[in-house]
Parts: sequence; structure tokens; C-alpha cells
Amino acid sequence: MIEAKNIDKFFGDHHVLKNISCSFEKGKSNLIIGQSGSGKTVLMKCLVGLHEVDEGAVLYNERNFSEMNFEQRKAIRQEIGMLFQGGALFDSMNVEQNVMFPLNMFTSKSPEEKRDRVNFVLKRVNLENVNSLMPSELSGGMRKRVAIARAISMNPSYLFCDEPNSGLDPQTAGVIDLLIQEITLEYEITTIVNTHDMNSVLSIGDTVAFIYKGELWWKGNKHDILQSENKELNDFVFGTELTSRLKK
Amino acid sequence: MSRVFSKPQKGVIFWKQLFNEFENLGIASLGIVAFISVFMGAVVAIQTAYNIDSPLIPMSMVGFTVRQSVILEFSPTVISLILAGKVGSRIASEIGTMRITEQIDALEIMGVNSANYLIFPKIAASMLINPILIIFSMWLGILGGWVAMVASNLVTTHDFINGLRVDFEGFTIFYSLIKTIVFAFIISSVSGFFGYETHGGALEVGQSSTQAVVISSILIILFNLVLTQLLLT
Repeated sequence: MIEAKNIDKFFGDHHVLKNISCSFEKGKSNLIIGQSGSGKTVLMKCLVGLHEVDEGAVLYNERNFSEMNFEQRKAIRQEIGMLFQGGALFDSMNVEQNVMFPLNMFTSKSPEEKRDRVNFVLKRVNLENVNSLMPSELSGGMRKRVAIARAISMNPSYLFCDEPNSGLDPQTAGVIDLLIQEITLEYEITTIVNTHDMNSVLSIGDTVAFIYKGELWWKGNKHDILQSENKELNDFVFGTELTSRLKK
Repeated sequence: MSRVFSKPQKGVIFWKQLFNEFENLGIASLGIVAFISVFMGAVVAIQTAYNIDSPLIPMSMVGFTVRQSVILEFSPTVISLILAGKVGSRIASEIGTMRITEQIDALEIMGVNSANYLIFPKIAASMLINPILIIFSMWLGILGGWVAMVASNLVTTHDFINGLRVDFEGFTIFYSLIKTIVFAFIISSVSGFFGYETHGGALEVGQSSTQAVVISSILIILFNLVLTQLLLT
């Protein structure tokens, strides 16, 4: 479980996160939603330590991540997998080398064991015979799946996904959502997904935190959203004609 | 800075990176270094030969002048300036692109010391490979001078080689290599810094790359003066 306790984050005079407290549960897809610029990406970056919090703390199973130095964080980071918006695959490496990178860096497995693990996770994300392809040769959906394979190659306890569906067609986005949900349940991972895709919210949102102007405005799950009377949440979630019909 | 120069997290990966960088930063620069060195040596030789009017000055002076110019200044300084452009922009744009496409964030999330992983092998490789490039450049520069003299019949091979041998001091090579190593450090560390600190998009990568080349070149010129003052006086 990951807990954010009274997190404040400033960029200069701009108060980006305002006293945010929430918890993200194990074995569930925990979604953070909000408009562009609401602070959800900053919150995720604070959770993984890419941004330091100005006030408050981030706890990984009651271990205070915010107070740790680089070396102490290294141990926790090896339990973290992250899927970035653009995939963040290493351009100079092929698919196999990308997925194998954390294994090379942090394990002493034999080359055969590492190759077996790479093939296993690639198969898990429904990719086969792509080991020698370079990232530039992959489609958007394939890049995301390779990034997921890399993120789960070390058997993480925590999986962070920053806008996993951005730039994908609805069908591929659905496949990625399903994959994230399956992996979360299968390996009992604490998964945190940052999104503004309402299909994702309504299909995989075991818990949903709505961030509005830097504050935690609403918390619930995919079923609660449909009944919620919160004006800002409804404006955001049901802002399009299609979703407003769904609400009705 | 301390993160760049900390102990690599995994020795095998560091050595692999180092040899990759030998190829990317050193071997990939052989062509341009060879081309510039040959023509530079040839031009120095021709200009010197045409400027010797007095019969009291022996034509072997051409060999002497080519040797001194190439070893003391043209190879270590001019080639380092060329490398600041070629290698410096490559380093800054490569690391800068990794920054804006979140590849550096991905390394950090995994628990990799990204500054050390990305920059340290480049600095180490530059400081090891550039002296070899510069020795290669010296040799080609002198060869270029000799070819130009023989082809134009201005100086005989015998006179040219005699000139090369006049008052030769091994310390000049040592001085050049010290300069080269310092310049290599400047090029790779400044470019690595500007690449690593890139924020924004493609425009900012271009700006970082330009800044890396400009600042590296200015520092090379300044340190050239300082090192010359320290080592030759």
C-alpha cells in the first residue's frame, strides 16, 4: 500500500499540490484523474520521488520514502515499475535489451535466465518475435506494451502508469487498460494510473481520486462516479455529449 | 557532480558503456580528424615555404615549423575545438533528448544513478581516446606537410625530415597530451551537464547543444592560455 500524507508541493510561488492525503491499495487499480494542469502528474512524480515534496510524506508500506536518501530509495525503487506516457524506451537498445536492462543492472541471473524472463514478460503483454526490433520500429501500442514488459520484468510490488492511453486508438487503449488490470490482479501489485480517459476510469477504476486545482476533490470508485453529485467531478467526467448521455 | 563521479553501479555495464563510447566519440571522429589534420599540415608547410625569402634561412625550417605548429597548437587545440563541435553537440543532444523523452526519469525510477550511468563513461572515454586521436592527428599533420612539399617541389624530403629533427623536445608531446586530456574533460563534462539539465522540448535540446559547444570552446581557449602559461614558462 502507498500512502500520501498531507502533501504540499510548490513551484516557486505556484502552489501545485495542496494538502493531499490519500492511500492506494494493494491488488487494485488506483486511478488519479483530473484536468490537464490539475496537478495529477506532479502528484505521481512526488509519489515516485522524481519531485521532492515540500510538506508531508509518502509512505510505501509504512516506510517513509520522503525521508530516504538516494541509496535507501534504491531498494524501494527496485520494487517499482513505471510506464511513462511516451513509453520512455531507450532509443539505443532493441526491445530485448530494453526489457533486460533492469535485470542486467540489478540481478546476477545468467544470460539464459534473463532471456527466459524477457520472453516470458513479452509473452505476457502479448508480444512475440519482436526482440530484435528497435523502439523506432514499433507502433504506439507496441511501445506501451514493451514499456509494461520492462516495468514488470523485476516483479514489482508497485506499478505506476502515467497516461497509459495517450495517443492510442480506443481499441488499443482498451487492450492496454485490460492488460494493466490483469497484471495488477495476477501479481497483486499496487497500481496507480494517471489518466483523463473516461473509458479507463469506468472500466478499471477500483479506486478513483479526482484532483481539482491541486486538491483532492473527490474519492470513490468507478461505480460511485455515476451516482456522484459533485459538480466539478461531473463537469470533468461527463463533459462530453457521449458521457453526459451515459450519466442520464 | 558527486553523482557523476561516484562508483559505477555495475562494473560490467560500465565497461560495456566505455567501449561503446570509444566507438561513438573516438572512432567515429577519425575521418574528420584525419581530413583536417592532413590539410592543416599541408597549409602550414606551404605558407612557411612561401614566406622563406632569405637564402640565410634553410628550407629545413619548413619541417621544423610544421612540427612545432602541429604538435604545440594545431593538433591539441584546433582538433579539440573541432571535437567540441562534433562530440560536444552529440553528447548534449543525446542526453538532452533522453531527458525530454523521460528516458532519464525511467533510469531514476529503476534506481539507476542516471548522471553516473550516462555521463561518466563519456568523460572517461573522451579522456582516454582523445590523446590517441591527437597523436594520430599530429602524425597526419606532419605527413600532410611533407606530401605538400614533395608534391610542389618546394622542399626536398631530406630537408623536411632534417627540419623535423631539429631541437626536438619530447616534453612538447607531453604538454600537448596534458592539454588534450584537460580539453577532453571540458568537452565531455560541459556537454553532459547541458544535456542533463535540458528541460522542455526539441527547441531546448537544440539550445543545450549550442550552449554546450559555445561554452566548451570558450573554456578550451581559456584553459589553453592557462596551461601554456603553466607548462611552457
